[in-house]
Amino acid sequence: MSVLSEELREKIRAEFPNYPNKRAVTLPALHLVHDNLRAVSREAIVEIAELLELHPAEVHDTMTFYNFFKDEKNPLGRHRVWFCRSISCMLRGGEELLENVCHHYNVHPGETTADGRMTVEFAECLGACEGAPCILVDDVCHMNVNPSTASALIDKL
Amino acid sequence: MATFEPALFARINKPDSASLKTYQADGGYSRLKEFLSMAPGDVTNIVKDSGLRGRGGAGFPTGLKWTFLPKDYPGPIYLAVNADESEPGTFNNRYLMELDPHQLIEGIILACHAIRSQKAYLYLRYEYGTSYRVLDAAIRECRAAGILGTNILGTGVSCDIILHRGAGAYICGEETGLIESLEGKRAWPRIKPPFPAIEGLFRKPTIVNNVETLCCVTQILYRGTAWFKSMGVPADPNNPRDPGSYGPKLYCVSGHVNQPCCVELPLGVTARQLIEEHAGGVWKGRRAKAVVPGGISMGFLSASELDTPLDFAGPGKVGCLGLGTAAVVVVDDQTSMVDVLYNCCRFMSHESCGQCTPCREGTAWMTKILERIRTGQGRTEDLDLLMEVAGSMGIIPGTTICGLSDGAAWPVKNAISKFRSEFEDYIRSRKASVTSAQQLMAVH
Repeated sequence: MSVLSEELREKIRAEFPNYPNKRAVTLPALHLVHDNLRAVSREAIVEIAELLELHPAEVHDTMTFYNFFKDEKNPLGRHRVWFCRSISCMLRGGEELLENVCHHYNVHPGETTADGRMTVEFAECLGACEGAPCILVDDVCHMNVNPSTASALIDKL
Repeated sequence: MATFEPALFARINKPDSASLKTYQADGGYSRLKEFLSMAPGDVTNIVKDSGLRGRGGAGFPTGLKWTFLPKDYPGPIYLAVNADESEPGTFNNRYLMELDPHQLIEGIILACHAIRSQKAYLYLRYEYGTSYRVLDAAIRECRAAGILGTNILGTGVSCDIILHRGAGAYICGEETGLIESLEGKRAWPRIKPPFPAIEGLFRKPTIVNNVETLCCVTQILYRGTAWFKSMGVPADPNNPRDPGSYGPKLYCVSGHVNQPCCVELPLGVTARQLIEEHAGGVWKGRRAKAVVPGGISMGFLSASELDTPLDFAGPGKVGCLGLGTAAVVVVDDQTSMVDVLYNCCRFMSHESCGQCTPCREGTAWMTKILERIRTGQGRTEDLDLLMEVAGSMGIIPGTTICGLSDGAAWPVKNAISKFRSEFEDYIRSRKASVTSAQQLMAVH
């Protein structure tokens, strides 16, 4: 019984023609698996490695370099909400915003709420400093966020 | 200055500015066929003559970089577009990608023609989800219209763009870190030489250019080198190594200002002009205490240095590392420099790739020392210790492979030399001013 569905494998294979070798598909494959399965498990790493003709250790090495990918022990919630903590957001209340949200939803950065709705993360500069403090909901940025607009966004997820 | 007309940002406020239809209505791609019929070397010469310098941070002359490719190489040659914009305070490339993607695509096609590449990889930071969707749609439009693909507009020139999403790592903005990441590996920068132009992506000759740089290429081809050279700061005649700072630049202004913004101006505007004339002044009627001139890795301008022109040479004359990304971050007089520096150090510690010991250890220890100072446990000799660590890491002292480390050291050097008494007073007061919110963030 494989972890990666045939549909997911097809999507990974569809990336092959874009690159001169299969190893370059490591990040695209990790993204596809992570998005769909909310984590990249040990089994998934082995199956990705088979598809890309790599050793599982090579896929694991790349995956763990980027703090982005979760393993099966710590899977993502249904949504991932990133709070910027870099300088421009820090200067305009980003740290207080994150504290407020963590308190309100009873969660720490890096953890998922008990109902599985949201994983809260801190982020380094999200590149939306003109709208500091900003947050990223999955991969959509929201600017000039305060505790009440953050809650309104999160409650709609 | 009063007559300055934006070029890179000429279209961003128009309705539907990201579509192929409106781009073509504004004259976009109208001379692409003509440019693609020119010899590649002629396109390179135009860019070389314009004096365009890379907008990503290092300011290396773009046309000159292109000439480093091996002559008569049978191929393939690659263009890697650096859209990993991650320097804190920087968001100019996001505007270009979200609001005028075709200006970038045209620049990519022109650059590919100049360097005889048929494939560009656009390395986009994952966090820019909207940019991804806008660019993806724009690339599809171009393929359907014969502007990307084989035999573009019947010229015999072929070029395609592959969008490649990153996974949240600052080091991927370093050109060889970007290349390693694109190849599917951890983004550990390579030892140079060989430079990417000789052996880069997939071990083939590769040019890495920033998004804004490539948008400038489009503008230079359409408007001419004389237009580009008509603005900015000319080369210093007394310094044969100064290539000058020509053309428009996108300046980002954020932090403690009334109207944070991204604004296009000729190179050489001062930090004070940006704050007062474009960002609505310092917020809450306060004064600026410190200003980051071009992303945190460039260090700080003090309040007395705000008239420094922000061209490629300006910030260096007052002890900063350089112009960097021209991202200006304003810190008001009610903010502790200890907190600001801690934030910079924590960022660099988090983002150090861990390959070189002086950077991995140096960034972590500088953060720990600042944490000690912030919690009231600092010693005055800690400031000398910070300066010693900062002075020992980076390409400049010759201890690391890439420049991340210099960028980690610079805010420390600048903050302590320009604001030393504030740090000393803070340490002597033995106060612990860390709030619960700051504590939550105190994870490296």
